[in-house]
Amino acid sequence: MSEPARYRLLLALLGGATTVLFVLSLTVGPAAIGFGDSLAALVSGDGGAIVLIMREIRLPRALLGLMIGATLGLSGAALQGYLRNPLAEPGLIGVSASASLGAVLAIYTGLSAAFPLALPLSALAAAVAGVLVVQALAGMHGGTLTIILAGVAVSSFAGAMTSLALNLSPNPFAALEILFWMLGSLTDRSMEHVWLAGPFILLGWAMLAMLARPLDTLTLGGDAASSLGVDMRRVRFLAVFGTAACVGASTAVAGAIGFVGLVVPHLLRPLVGARPSRLLPASALGGASVLIAADILVRLIAPGRDLKLGVLTAIVGAPFFLWLIWRSRGRLT
Amino acid sequence: MSLLTLSGIGVALGGRDVLGDVSLTVDAGEFVGLIGPNGAGKSTLLRAALGLVAARGTVEIGGMPAARLSARERALRIAYLPQEREIAWPVSVDMLVGLGRAPHRGPFAAAGAKDRAAVEAALGRMEIAAFRHRPATQLSGGEKARVLIARALAQEAPLLLADEPTAGLDPEHQIGLMRLFADLAREGRGVVASLHDLGLAARWCTRLVLLDRGRIVADGPPRQVLTPQRLRDIYAVEAFFGEAAGGLVVQPLDLVASNAKNERTVHR
Amino acid sequence: MAALAACAPARAESVPKRVVSMNLCTDQLAMLIADEDQLHSVSHLAADPGASVLAERAGAYVVNHGLAEEIFLMRPDLVIAGTYTTRTTVALLRRLGFRVEEFAPETGFDDIRQNIARMGAILGRRDRAVALTAALDAGLAALAASPAQGSVAVYSSNSYTVGPGSLADAVIAETGLDNIAASLGISGAGRLPLESLITADPDLVVTGARRFDNPALAQENFRHPAFRAFARQAVEVDIPDKYWLCGAPFTLIAARILKQAARRLEAGQE
Repeated sequence: MSEPARYRLLLALLGGATTVLFVLSLTVGPAAIGFGDSLAALVSGDGGAIVLIMREIRLPRALLGLMIGATLGLSGAALQGYLRNPLAEPGLIGVSASASLGAVLAIYTGLSAAFPLALPLSALAAAVAGVLVVQALAGMHGGTLTIILAGVAVSSFAGAMTSLALNLSPNPFAALEILFWMLGSLTDRSMEHVWLAGPFILLGWAMLAMLARPLDTLTLGGDAASSLGVDMRRVRFLAVFGTAACVGASTAVAGAIGFVGLVVPHLLRPLVGARPSRLLPASALGGASVLIAADILVRLIAPGRDLKLGVLTAIVGAPFFLWLIWRSRGRLT
Repeated sequence: MSLLTLSGIGVALGGRDVLGDVSLTVDAGEFVGLIGPNGAGKSTLLRAALGLVAARGTVEIGGMPAARLSARERALRIAYLPQEREIAWPVSVDMLVGLGRAPHRGPFAAAGAKDRAAVEAALGRMEIAAFRHRPATQLSGGEKARVLIARALAQEAPLLLADEPTAGLDPEHQIGLMRLFADLAREGRGVVASLHDLGLAARWCTRLVLLDRGRIVADGPPRQVLTPQRLRDIYAVEAFFGEAAGGLVVQPLDLVASNAKNERTVHR
Repeated sequence: MAALAACAPARAESVPKRVVSMNLCTDQLAMLIADEDQLHSVSHLAADPGASVLAERAGAYVVNHGLAEEIFLMRPDLVIAGTYTTRTTVALLRRLGFRVEEFAPETGFDDIRQNIARMGAILGRRDRAVALTAALDAGLAALAASPAQGSVAVYSSNSYTVGPGSLADAVIAETGLDNIAASLGISGAGRLPLESLITADPDLVVTGARRFDNPALAQENFRHPAFRAFARQAVEVDIPDKYWLCGAPFTLIAARILKQAARRLEAGQE
């Protein structure tokens, strides 16, 4: 099979898996609704309880799983290509933690109640700050170790500030919600969240998609890419703001979900001939599949307990991360 | 019309002047060897010509002020081979060489027949077609260097700037590369290569530019630029000069004796 | 200190004169039963109008925060605590030789009667305790005379609900209403997913959970479009948390609010 044909087959398989998991996600929940009934309720129009559950509870959950999973996969692949580093990932380099801080500040000060757009905007602004700090600390030629250390520093600081903001809130529930912001969940999210985050997520995707060709060229390094006609300032703008827009909006409605952006691009890279431009769509589909699957699992493993998504992704992702470090030890400079 | 004209180029890095007032013109058909000791500013000069570092002075590319050219237009006129042989991902040799076609293609256009022909020609010229499907990161240092040169050739720009292209190559491939650059010059293109090997520079370049401490000290045919006294003054080495097989031979032999070194300091 | 510990059992028999309570529920029972000047200090929660029915009366007492050092300096002859709160403080105070009486939280009306009686005995105010129990029983009898019909679900912040084994469930039982949590297999406190609430479709939904001025995700469940759509069909009842956080005669108020709502529902259906 020729290389482009193999690539198209991979995308078709990933797309198929995502579709199947999306439909499956719609049929999983505490209310026992038959497979056929649940899907029929999505299209038919009477206002019964099943229609309400399907359209207002399960559909937004599945849609957010799809959008956020794709965001994590895509932004992981884009950041890795941009920083030319296989360990770059929104969670590890502190973008998610910064976005959480932005979202927390918007919600718990009451700003987002008065002005709903403040939530994604604040998360976006904080995520931009996070990326810029990591980039300033690690530089364009930063080695793996520097980037990870910068990410740890940014994550710790943002996490501490999030804790502080939640602990200072006069609402006694706030302090308990740090779990949501650090581990993420899609439980009982609504279409309001889809409409709020959707435009920013799509904008971020569009910006990251424009990076495809330049990321290929960046394989040769920044100077060579620049000499090949890549406008590095534009690339930097697209990478920073594209990541911040989609990861920021995702985090604002579902909390920080780690490791998807690390594991998915890494597993798919050999299947796309390591080509950064091809890794982008493949990782987006792969990320969506993985996150929807994780969200189905949390509902099956612990129904009624609101197990956080980040718990599952970390159980799989953290050992994987260790394996990556173990494999690349000695090359970490 | 010259391929590249630098006028009064100055670069300061970290508050220190790395280049001061360098002017240089490169025409079609020239193979210019950029020589000079470590830290003379060779790499910085190449980077300044490409706009990769902020520089005073003016750069004209193909008769056009560089500031008026977009990054893509510049890429159609100058190809650049950086000193670091970076290949971030295990992509195939084919794909890597194909990156040289980036400035020729629209942002979403697929590779056309002309692009494929250019890649084939570059693969053939560098004799790397045999491992075109292998991941570029798994190649030996010399093979990697040839793949990256093929990438620059595929770009088909009238001018090639190469930063220490012979570093890490065995004598066969070093000479092969110098021969290639000389051929490119004869075909009507221009090549500027920074070189540390004075022997290669003397034998293959049509013109040498000797840089020292950010300034051009000599510019002309190899026989005029390379003199025993200049090598003593600037490199602090004694060298053997001779003729063999119809060309100049320059072979550094030993360091200049220490009293001579002091003399050199005074001399300056 | 050893001397103090040695004479503690002998003093247990005598009536305490300087009592400190460290738990919201014991605070309120003590305020209801203690003699004038007998109770010295109550916890800070007792003065919180969102949590305490007797918040105004709590203003008359010194406020404590359940810290050992603070309690020690008050030199009480009796400390009253809950069995689930301020565990380390209780252990420390006991080691220092203070007399500490612990009260388990009430999960039913029998527990309330027992705790009232015990508080009366400890404080030497048995008559007052008997009077309170009589009032409680009279109120329960009145409720039992005309049981309400229908089903109810408690839906609190973070989608929490209560089932059998909780005080709120006992209150619901006294009204005659049917708590759907039992049929969903939830005992004590547990999560009631929004989906399950909508499919169970109770006639009444109790959302009296305390709202705070400062936002938190815990209360976003009340703003969910699916919940809003559901709440338009069911009758939403607001029972302030404070009435059934602690078991006391005032817990009857929760039952009465619920029953009135059930009556409105019946009237609406007729």
